[in-house]
Amino acid sequence: MFPSRFDLVVAQSVGEAVEAKADAGEGGRFLAGGQSLIPMMKMRVAFPETLIDINRIAGLDAIERANGHLQVGALVRHADVVASDATFGAIAAAAPWVADPLVRNRGTMCGSVAHCDPEGDWNSVLLATGADVLAQGPNGERSIPIADFVDGAFTSTLGEDELVVGLRIPVPSGRSGGAYLKLERKVGDYATVAVACHLELDDSGAISAAGLALTSVNPINTKVADAEALLVGQQPSDELFAEAAELAATAAEPRDDVRGTAAWKRQVVRTYTKRGLAAAVQQAEGS
Amino acid sequence: MEINITINGSDHASDVEPRTLLVDHIRRTVGLTGTHVGCDTTSCGACTVLMDGNPVKACTVLAAQADGTEVTTVEGLKTADGLHPIQSAFTDDHGLQCGFCTPGMMLVGASLIAENADPSDDEVRWAISGNLCRCTGYINIVKAIQTAAARVAESSNGS
Repeated sequence: MFPSRFDLVVAQSVGEAVEAKADAGEGGRFLAGGQSLIPMMKMRVAFPETLIDINRIAGLDAIERANGHLQVGALVRHADVVASDATFGAIAAAAPWVADPLVRNRGTMCGSVAHCDPEGDWNSVLLATGADVLAQGPNGERSIPIADFVDGAFTSTLGEDELVVGLRIPVPSGRSGGAYLKLERKVGDYATVAVACHLELDDSGAISAAGLALTSVNPINTKVADAEALLVGQQPSDELFAEAAELAATAAEPRDDVRGTAAWKRQVVRTYTKRGLAAAVQQAEGS
Repeated sequence: MEINITINGSDHASDVEPRTLLVDHIRRTVGLTGTHVGCDTTSCGACTVLMDGNPVKACTVLAAQADGTEVTTVEGLKTADGLHPIQSAFTDDHGLQCGFCTPGMMLVGASLIAENADPSDDEVRWAISGNLCRCTGYINIVKAIQTAAARVAESSNGS
């Protein structure tokens, strides 16, 4: 298989890439790691007329902490996230579960976020931790909260003329922990079910901030806001986590498919939520 | 478009269509057919090559994206001294049955032992988890990669 014909623009700067996109209009697509886009082009599900390769742009490959945030540039590969010391909690937990080692050597975190595959891992993690997507357009840069960014399956609120240049993820200042529990049939498969958890504790040991999001059990990555609200202000306990897990199981709308029955997946959501929250609090207490 | 890729140490300048995939470029233009096409959908790893030292799936990289990089294919493992340790270990430990996945397995193995002199079973299995062996001969593949690691460690200790 090979893609249909396209023009390739190898951009040397963000400005050049954004300009090329404006010139190309609807038929233009950005290419970073290409681990989703190239297979889609080979299967002729995607057929851009112009491909704008951003891989040669300098300065987009840093993953680092600055001003209380984890900043992830558009060319940071999943493998870089796995290897990074700057990550924390759910981000660090999820990275080794994205795709497979070879795909992680090419695919980028920002590309995965922008792709908005409803069964992708990163958007659940970012919904749990909170994050801003940094987008550059002809009129400058703006930041979009992740909850406003994810708009549907393969759909974001990114403007047609905008490029995702990075992510900004708040690093908790106090004690915190996170987890990403993913059930997959084999390495590289989509999640059958995955649960992202993020907890922050105050000085008394009570939960001061909570994030919980689900992968592959709804039409898009889903933040379980009522469970988050339930957790905040409470002392962690098995009973509390069981109650949050019920809310997560209720929020899940899984379907019967080759990966399992809806009822079973809902049960996995319940179990993984309990385990994930317990792991997150354990990490927070040890931090 | 004009590209120049260093493949197994030799420069290969060519004029390619932007849509040319790296694996097709290697097999058809350069004529090195040790890199296989299996699933063609980024799942199986038969098309694995090292790009600047990192294993990637060459069915999911455009040849144009490899412009200016150093690519190693299975043909590049062999040195003037003979087979790469990973190749002799696959032979000795029967690390292959049909041989279709073998180029990818050996390149991933070579990349792993370059960074980890003594990989555990789990570490080897983790490293090859993006490569499928339809003969399911994983036990001997893992063993062969560990044998190669031990031999490399031994020869570097001895020298």
